[in-house]
Order: sequence, then structure tokens, then C-alpha cells
Amino acid sequence: MPNYRIHKTEYIDETKRVSFKYDGKTYFGYEGDTLASALLANGIHLVGRSFKYHRPRGIVSCGAEEPNAICQIGSKKDLTEPNVRATELELYEGLEASSQNCWPNVKFDIGGINNFISPLIPAGFYYKTFMWPKSFWKKVYEPLIRLSAGLGKSPTEPDPDIYDHKYVHYDVLVIGGGVSGIIAAKMAAKNNLKTLLVDDKKILGGSTIYQNNESIKIDDKLSSEWLKNEIQEIKKLSNLTIKTRTSIAAYHGYNFLLAKENLTDHLPEEKKKNKIRQRLWKIRAKKVVIATGSIERPLVFNNNDRPGILLSNSINKYLDYYGVTCGENIILFTNNDSAYETSISLHKKGIKNIIVDLRKSASSELIKQAESLGIKIYFNHVVTNTFGYRKINSLEIMKLSEDGNTTVGNKIRLSCDCLGMSGGWTPMVHMHTQSGGKLDFRDEDQVFLPKENSEDQISVGSCNGDFDLENIIDKTVNKINKFLDIDNQDYQDTNIICSKENDKRNIWLLPNKIPLGKTKCFIDFQNDSTAKDIKLALKEGFRSIEHVKRYTTTGMATDQGKLSNMHALGIIADTAGVKMGTLGTTTFRPPFTPLTFGTLVGRNVGKFFEVVRKTSMHEWHVENNAEFENVGQWKRPWYYPKNGENMYAAVQRESKAARDSAGILDASTLGKIDIQGTDASEFLNRVYTNAWSKLAIGKCRYGLMLNEDGMVYDDGVTTRISENHYLMTTTTGGAANVLNKLEDYLQTEWPELDVYLTSVTDHYSTASICGPNSKKILNKLFPNLDLSDENFPHMSFKEDKLENINCRIMRISFTGELSYEINIESKYGHSLWKMCIEAGKEFNLTPYGTETMHLLRAEKGFIIVGQDTDGTMTPSDLQMDWIVSKKKYDFIGKRSLYRSDTIREDRKQLVGLLTDDPKEILEEGAQIVSDVKSKPIDMLGHVTSSYFSPNLNKSIALAVVRSGKTMKGQKLIIPMENKNINVTVSDTIFLDKENKRLNA
Amino acid sequence: MFLINCPFCGERDQSEFSSGGEAHIVRPKQPTELSDDEWAEYLFMRKNIKGIQFERWNHVHGCRKWFNVVRDTSNDKILSVYKMGEKPPVNYK
Repeated sequence: MPNYRIHKTEYIDETKRVSFKYDGKTYFGYEGDTLASALLANGIHLVGRSFKYHRPRGIVSCGAEEPNAICQIGSKKDLTEPNVRATELELYEGLEASSQNCWPNVKFDIGGINNFISPLIPAGFYYKTFMWPKSFWKKVYEPLIRLSAGLGKSPTEPDPDIYDHKYVHYDVLVIGGGVSGIIAAKMAAKNNLKTLLVDDKKILGGSTIYQNNESIKIDDKLSSEWLKNEIQEIKKLSNLTIKTRTSIAAYHGYNFLLAKENLTDHLPEEKKKNKIRQRLWKIRAKKVVIATGSIERPLVFNNNDRPGILLSNSINKYLDYYGVTCGENIILFTNNDSAYETSISLHKKGIKNIIVDLRKSASSELIKQAESLGIKIYFNHVVTNTFGYRKINSLEIMKLSEDGNTTVGNKIRLSCDCLGMSGGWTPMVHMHTQSGGKLDFRDEDQVFLPKENSEDQISVGSCNGDFDLENIIDKTVNKINKFLDIDNQDYQDTNIICSKENDKRNIWLLPNKIPLGKTKCFIDFQNDSTAKDIKLALKEGFRSIEHVKRYTTTGMATDQGKLSNMHALGIIADTAGVKMGTLGTTTFRPPFTPLTFGTLVGRNVGKFFEVVRKTSMHEWHVENNAEFENVGQWKRPWYYPKNGENMYAAVQRESKAARDSAGILDASTLGKIDIQGTDASEFLNRVYTNAWSKLAIGKCRYGLMLNEDGMVYDDGVTTRISENHYLMTTTTGGAANVLNKLEDYLQTEWPELDVYLTSVTDHYSTASICGPNSKKILNKLFPNLDLSDENFPHMSFKEDKLENINCRIMRISFTGELSYEINIESKYGHSLWKMCIEAGKEFNLTPYGTETMHLLRAEKGFIIVGQDTDGTMTPSDLQMDWIVSKKKYDFIGKRSLYRSDTIREDRKQLVGLLTDDPKEILEEGAQIVSDVKSKPIDMLGHVTSSYFSPNLNKSIALAVVRSGKTMKGQKLIIPMENKNINVTVSDTIFLDKENKRLNA
Repeated sequence: MFLINCPFCGERDQSEFSSGGEAHIVRPKQPTELSDDEWAEYLFMRKNIKGIQFERWNHVHGCRKWFNVVRDTSNDKILSVYKMGEKPPVNYK
């Protein structure tokens, strides 16, 4: 096996050998490697197939910008992760990784045929081709496209890993631990500011930490040595927290940032177990220093995507940091000085290399150094083509014309096994723009730079466009002093020697003799878009960068165009003949690098997914086999199946028992609001549609509450407990909103009212007993209470004691039966319930759930707000005009009840429906029509509630129907998928219209 | 995620608050006297400004008090907070 690890470095521990599997084959690396460096050490460049053309692709970079080396980690159903960048994944014992987007394998991939039919699949191919016939989309095109699309595979079972969230507050957050970030963090922390420094790598130091060029020095030391000292110093600072392996995902307003900390991704399987895998930091910082650095740009030329073609600076990092050379015969293709650092490093390690430089000439100290080492430099030359299928083996260069627009002279063919590209540097302005900052364009080197306009964030270092060390250090120190309003002198005497110069010859799309249509000049490696695609989009009329991006998909892959966006912009600007700065950029959206769902969700999984509210009787319901229904956050008993009953059978039994003898319902979840104050009656007058002033103490009244737009908002029974004391009940789901609304009116519209509201929903538990035998059960529980109709009539309230505990008893009914609601302090709720059940045994007291409650009330035509209403129903639409006071001058929503729209007679109105076949049960939500033949069919309304009533032995339903009030007796049709159901409009009350049962 | 300086509790995270729309819309004292158009003006018409906007906020997961906020919708900066019933700061008019 070839070994490309050619020297030892301090970052690779050669005593710790690590074995890993890539595409099923076992390899070895060392602790300190990334998957990418370990693969390169084994001579592996080919790591995947491109998205569209399935071209062989190799590792391009050494960091977050990597477009090609994305792989699938692990193979378990619950523990596999797609799209992991090999350049960021630290190697660990037992790692299993595989290449993506290829079949049967990365070396022989069937999809590679796309490369040869590429003229047939230009930009917008999908939009243009799969338009017709229309019917083909769903059955042919979409399934086929889905089959071939996608990178990697999602896990199919729940993620077993543990994730965590943490909230922190800092005076200063520094993003990025390179030279400028370290200086900023030191200055802040030494000035007594609580500081957090985050860096996505395993160690601090950025790209300077492995810098060993003798001509770049600080205080007479190699820049890397100087920086190591600085790092040692900041580690001693007590108010500085350093978090490595931590990357900022998003920068939100008010300096609220999200960071992802990797805790176990670099550990072998057995050490990962039971540990938190990743932690999401939610950071509030008073000030933020952005020191995120810059990313090297590729160059755009024909066949610039072959395996073995990398960014020049990445070749340098693999060499000096990981000890790995990317080839043995390397060519560096550049338009600026930075490739010379790589060249000199390679030369020193004995790796033969040649430089092809776009510039006509250059004369910095660094270049002189390269020349003196005898490194061959082709100035004013351009790479026009590359060769080699699974890895580059040679390339062609040509001389550039004077203006750089074309090539001249003869082709020179050079052999190589690796090509480094350096197109200059792109400052990482993501954080700046995410925070709301704007950008300026600097023409000299064609970069977008942060425009400083904020008091609470600043960019320093190369993300601010300062690329040489001298500038980076001087400017960072000055800016941080000003930004933090401090006077730090630590770096005043720092002596920096930097032999690099900033001149550059920027040509976005490099010239070539071959017509563009026959070239493959890749801009976006991950989404396979080429310069040709961009030009085609412009030719077809796209002008906005946002449109070109979407049409060509440039910058829309998982790398979000970190390497490609600038080239796309540059080519658009050049083609359209406009200045790049005027084009603007596409939006830099979070996250900077992809986050797993697990990290975002944190601990809120399984039973912690949502808050669950349980009544104090909950355990009894569980013990008695109840099925539960979620109502808001509440768990409410839905029905209590016996002996394998299904829901229908259970509900039929429960409903019959409640009307024949007695039933009991846990009504604790109903919202309860305690209302006190001298203006309580006036307040109720204003919030309910009916009159409240004359309600006697000890009496209950049903109320309907509207929104200011006249639509029904909530309903419930309110009891007058004493002169200035009421207890309001609301619907279970509406309780919080009703309290909010009432508080809003009290605080903002009627602050003069003396009224106090307290939510007591959780303070009282409620057992509701109904049915003809309910009075007998009550009598057993409260033998001293006079339950006669004279003393305790319907809609009234009494207090009594149960084993010395106070109970509030309301005789109110939501079922139409004689019915009592017993309220007790919640801690006694469970006992109350058990005592009721015990007392009711001889009367077949049957516990029933929400489904039976809904059925019983539907038989009586009582509405459920939120089921029979949907925010568009007025009281009149519900045939409840009787509850709207004509006398009251005002109440919430009154004026809206006679707006031109609310008095329309053809509004949807609540009606009853009876099916012609009494056994046919309608589906809730089903549409209602009068004529199925007309096209389009005129929809008159829909079914809101539907049940089979065991007490009436027929199917009943409530519905809202256009002009329904006038349609009694009329025939309508419910069209279903395979039949039409005939129904007749009826009254909404199906049972006991005379209310005899209330006093049974 | 804003930081909102509740006039009763101090600076808190936005997640503790709920927004109540445009401020200083007073419920008419005599709704019955109003025409449909006048009532609709109160009921439905709200400003949607790019720039300085006066809003109602409620510290719903805190003291539950309503108060007013002056916010620049173009950059989400909160320029001022003041209690219900207090006059809006004149320098933002």
C-alpha cells in the first residue's frame, strides 16, 4: 500500500495507530488525522461521484468548505449519518465511512453515463423536460427523479444519541481561534471582560499554527511558534472560556448566537456510549468579535474537478499539519502569492513542484525565495485542460494574451499527479451578514468585505479582508481597542516580518481555445454547475443573482456555495458587463454548516417532547383502561373500553348508561377563572353577550364570548359565588387564550374596572355526574345537602363538605341529563373520584370519556366551540340569537353583529342532519351539496359533528350549511368517494326538546 | 430573538413575551354610533411600517403585564418601552 505520510508533525501521534474502514476496506491512520488526511496518506483521492454527471471527484479542501468529500458514516439503521465532510471528521478507531452518490461503487459507477450525455442535461433541464404530459409527473417523473437524486441515506430509526442545550451569557464572544481571534480574546479577557472563544477545529491557531516559512516571522520567531506562546498565555486567563470543536451555526439579532459543540464525534464507539454527543450553545453576548478567516478560491478552467486537484493552501496544510503529501509531482496554479508558501513547503520536504502563475510577473520576497530554490515558474500562463479519469495525470498550459482574455502560442503538456489551485481568498462574511450587516466590494482583489456599522459586532483578520500577518495583527489590535473601549498595549512592540504581497490577477473564467459549450469548467462542484450553465441562464434572460442561483442550483448544495458563489457572481458580472459590486450577493443563511436534527431538538424528545398535563384523577383512568385523547396539553380519557371493545362499542355503552342510569366524567380540564372585585358583574356584562347584573348569588349562567369581530370565541358556565365573586369556566383548549384576552381588556381598555382575574384551572378537580340516578348518588355523598328542585334547582350552586373537605357543587348540564359537577381542591380529586365511583356502584355509574360527552351533547344540539365553530360563526349563525342581549349597550363584538357581512342571510349556519338511512354515519368534515351533476359542484357547507346515537337508535349530525336556517326539511347530498349519501336538514336538537330530563 | 426591557421586570428574552400588534388603537366608547366603515377602520385596519412602529407587547410568561414598545422594523432595534396609558415618546413620532 502506498504511503504518502512523508514526515512527522506534532499534530499526528504516530504511536497511536487507528484502523478504519472506507468503502468496506480497512485502512490505517493515526490519532490526530481527519478522515480526509488519512485517506490521502493512503493515496486515496477519489471519494465520490458528482451529483448530476457522476464524474469522479476527489478531496478538494481541508475544512468546512469541502464540496466533494462528503460521506456516509456508519451503517446501522439508527446510527448512520449522511453528508459528513471527511475533511472535518476526526479519525477514530472503528470508524466506518463510505462514499455517496455512486452505484455499484465509486470506481465503477453506472450513473457515470450522465457525463457523456451532459449536452442533453443543461441548466434548467428538469424544469424544461418534465413539464408534459402533465399526468406523467406524479407517476413517472417524480419517482424516477427521486430515485436518482439525493446524497447519502437517512437513518430509518430514531436517533439513540443524547443531545444537550445550554444557555450562556458573555460580555464578549470571539468567533474563530486564528491569530486575530486569539489576540481579540486575550485583549478582552485581560480587560476583565467575561469572554468566550470558539473554534470549530480540535486545536486553536487557524492556518498560522502550522506556518513554518522562515520569511514570515513575529518577534524573530516562526509565526507558528509565536502563536503557540500566545495560546499558552490565554489558557491561563481565568475569565476566558475556550471551546474548541465548536462552530457557530447561526447569528441572530440582538447578538443571540447558536453554536454546536462536538463532544464525542471523534471518539471510538465504546467511548461514545451514554455520553452527550453534541451540545447546542445558546449564546447571548454583549459584543461579538468575528474572526472567521477566509477560504481559498478555486480557479475555473476546463476539467478543473478531477480527483487530485485541490486548493493550494489545503495541500500545504495536509503537508505541514498532517505530514501527508497530496502527490509526488505537484503543479500549483495560482493568481497570487499564497501558492508560493505551499510550493516552498513542498520543496523543503523534497516534493517536486512547478508553479503556473497567471500574473505577468511578481517580485515579492516569497517569490524570490521560490526562484532561488530553483522552483520552475511559468508566469503569464493558464491551465487550459487536465487529463486522467480517476485521478489527474497531466495538464495543458498556454500563454495568456496581453489583456488576459484569450490564450496565445502553443500548448505545453505537463505531467503531474496533483494540482493545487489558488484563486486568492474569500473572506468568510457569513456571520457578519447573518447578523444583519451589509457588505462593501473591494475592486483590487474582488472581495466582499464587512461594512462596519454596528456597535455590538466587528470583523477582524482575514474575514475583514486583511490577508497579510502584519495587517492582521496591527488592525486587529487597533480595532479591538476601539471596539471594547480599552487601551491594551500588549502588541505595541510586536515586530512582524511578512514577505507576502497582495497583488493578484483575477480572471473569473479562464480563457480557452475550446468553445465554452464543449468545456466543463466547474463552479459548484457539489451541485455540478459549470460556467456554461451560468452563461446559459443569462442568455435565457435571468438577471438577478438569486434567480441564476436557483435556475442553475449554484451554491444550493450542502456546502452552500462556500467555494462557488463568488465565481458565479464574477462570471455573471463579466458576461453582463456590470461591476461585481453592484450585483450584490445571495443571502448567507444559517446554519453555516449543516446541523443534525438531534442537536436542534436537544432533550425535547420522547416524553419530554411536549409538556403533558394530567388531572388528579389520571391514575384511576390509567388503571381502568382508559384510552386518552390529547386536548391542548391535557390528557383526557377518550373512552373506557371493556372486554376488548372498540371505540364505537365503548361509546355506545357509555352513552346509553349515562342516559339510562348514571355516568361520570372527569371535567377537571375545563378552564376555571376566579373573578373578584366590585366591578366583576359589569366586567362579565362587557365580555359575554348576555346580561349578568341580575344573576342571583348562588346561581349559574351559560355565557357566550365573542371576538371583537362578532365571531364566537368561547363559551362556558359562570357561577356567582358571592356579591363580588364569580367562577368562570371556559373550554379546555381555550382557557389560556380566554385569560389572556380578559387581561388584555382589563389592562388596556378598561383599567378603571376593579376586577382581579386568577387562573384556578389546576387548583380544582371536577367530577361531573349525570343521568336519572345522579341525585341518588349525590345524596349518598352529601346526605345533609337538600337536593330538592326547590332548594337546589338546575343552574344553581351549593357548598358542602365531603369528609370535612369543602366542595363546590354546581347543578349544571352539558348532556341534557340531570347533572351535578363536584369541585374539590385538586389534591383531593383522586379521592373524590373514587368515592363517587364507590357510591355509584349500585346505580351502574359508568365512567365516560370525551367521545361520549361529545355524543351526548350532540343529541341535545349543544355546540362545541372549535368543533362546530371555526372562528367564522356568529351567535346567529349558530341559531343562538336567544343568548345575545338586545338591551345591553355594548359588549365585546356587539357592533360587529350588524355589519353588512354578518347580517347576510346566506352565511353558513348550523343545522342538524339526518341520514335517510338511519344506520349511515356521516364523516366529520364531509362536504355538503345539493346537486352532484353541476360542474363545478357548489359546496354548501360541511359536517361538523357526527355520531350514531344509541339513545335515538339513529345517526345524527350537526353541520354548517349556507342559508341553513331556512332549509329545514330539505334534502341534501353528501358526496363520498364511492357513493352519495342522502340527508335531510333537521333541527339541531335531536333529543328532549322540552328539557324534561334536566329535572327527571 | 429580541431582548425586551419589560418596564416591570427588566430585560428578558423574547420567548417570554407575546406581541399584541399596533399600539394606541383605542376601542371606540360608543361602537353603536359608528358606521360600518368607521367600525371596520377600528377592527381591521393596521399599519405595517418599514421603520419606526409603535407596538403592544405582553410579558405573558412573566408578570403578564401589557406595555408599549417602539421598534424599528427595518433592523428590529427596540428604541423605547413605556407603560400602558403613558404617552408615546415624542422623539419617535
